[in-house]
Amino acid sequence: MRSIDVNKITEAVKNLCIDANHRLAPDMERALLDAEDKEESTLGRQILGQLKENLDIAGRDMIPICQDTGMAVFFVKVGQEVHFEGGSLTDAINEGVRRGYTEGYLRKSVVSDPLIRKNTGDNTPAIIHYDIVSGDKVEITIAPKGFGSENMSRVFMLKPADGEEGVKNAILQAVKDAGPNACPPMVVGVGIGGTFEKCAEMAKEALTREVGTHSDIEYVAAMEEELLEKINRTGIGPAGLGGRITALAVNINTYATHIAGLPVAVNICCHVNRHARAVL
Amino acid sequence: MDKHLNVPVGKEEIKALRAGDMVFLTGTIYTARDAAHKRMDEALLRAGQTDPNASGEGAAVNSTGVLPLELEGNIIYYMGPSPAREGRPIGSAGPTTASRMDKYAPKLLDLGLLGMIGKGKRSREVIDAIVRNGAVYFAAIGGAGALLSKAITASEVIAYDDLGTEAIRKLTVKDFPAIVVIDSEGNNLYESAVQQYSL
Ligand code: SF4
Repeated sequence: MRSIDVNKITEAVKNLCIDANHRLAPDMERALLDAEDKEESTLGRQILGQLKENLDIAGRDMIPICQDTGMAVFFVKVGQEVHFEGGSLTDAINEGVRRGYTEGYLRKSVVSDPLIRKNTGDNTPAIIHYDIVSGDKVEITIAPKGFGSENMSRVFMLKPADGEEGVKNAILQAVKDAGPNACPPMVVGVGIGGTFEKCAEMAKEALTREVGTHSDIEYVAAMEEELLEKINRTGIGPAGLGGRITALAVNINTYATHIAGLPVAVNICCHVNRHARAVL
Repeated sequence: MDKHLNVPVGKEEIKALRAGDMVFLTGTIYTARDAAHKRMDEALLRAGQTDPNASGEGAAVNSTGVLPLELEGNIIYYMGPSPAREGRPIGSAGPTTASRMDKYAPKLLDLGLLGMIGKGKRSREVIDAIVRNGAVYFAAIGGAGALLSKAITASEVIAYDDLGTEAIRKLTVKDFPAIVVIDSEGNNLYESAVQQYSL
């Protein structure tokens, strides 16, 4: 058994919140830079240039990349040989969010009740997905999620007979419907299979996969490439104002499913696809 | 075409704008998003404002004194900033999705609002109200909040302070970049530009 003081978790989470909201991971930054070269529309290139300038200002002057600093979503892989000391792990993560969003001048965008809608004032509670894995480490991935793009996300409960074509059409439809609302160029996270909630979680986690990498399942990797090309033929373009670069990546995760079903979730993310990771 | 506009603005200048124009705004604009719109709408209802689609006598009350801002000739920016660091007027300050304000926008346009800045599509009702009133819908670049904050030189909460980021702010802007998406004739850049590049 390895002991970890939960205060260390809080500290790590605080830093992840601040870091993820001011600097994009290198893969996302590179993808945006490459996009500028590939864009055919003059306005589109101008917009991509402004997004690059925006990233420079964010990192240099410590102004969040986007004012919507999101709801704090976490994927936490807990090694089963870890023992936590000093309190509850979930409380420690929420305390890290509280401190990160307050000390980091991040926007508090969370209301405590979906219908009464009173702001909690500190961006808690976080959304935390736990996974118990082997080993004695804890891996924490943060993916702060803005709701301009979250609102354009979809779950489709397709029929097995819809097959691969049905899946591709559903994904394309979700992207077209999202259009300018999701602040393109987008990253498209997809979950295929599992159950209703499993596919949604896979789609979200797919957004944290490095842009430019592909699924290790051959046919899935081919689908990722094909869909990216199709999406970039829609004409939506940067900021939805026309152009070639509508998406930077399509990341698909899959899982076993039931004989009667073919669930597909499409979690759309904007160009501010934030993710940062710490291992303790 | 690049254009410079001083805000608040006259009707003629707004009518001269065309979908696709890049406009740099200098002067005063106001922020409001979901919660502030809901409150303004409730205030108008309490003051006897009835069906926003009704026309003729008694359909529109004067909003002066009812709303915390003068609508006539003004522009509302759909934006809720992140907190300002010491010595700065504002934090990150990019646009939010405009369609969430579609329910409220026609009434405000009928009462004199001349422009809105946001991102994303608008409903048929909003486009009709834009044309009916000779107004305009601009897009600012979504997700460029750090860059856009540099065009804001002062910010002051003028109403609904308890709403935090959703309070109504009076912003002083200098060369704030916005693109005309829907002009006073109803031309829509989201449709025309996307068609141009669709294969
Ligand atoms: S969709 Fe993304 S880039 Fe656009 S406003 Fe929301 S968080 Fe920012």
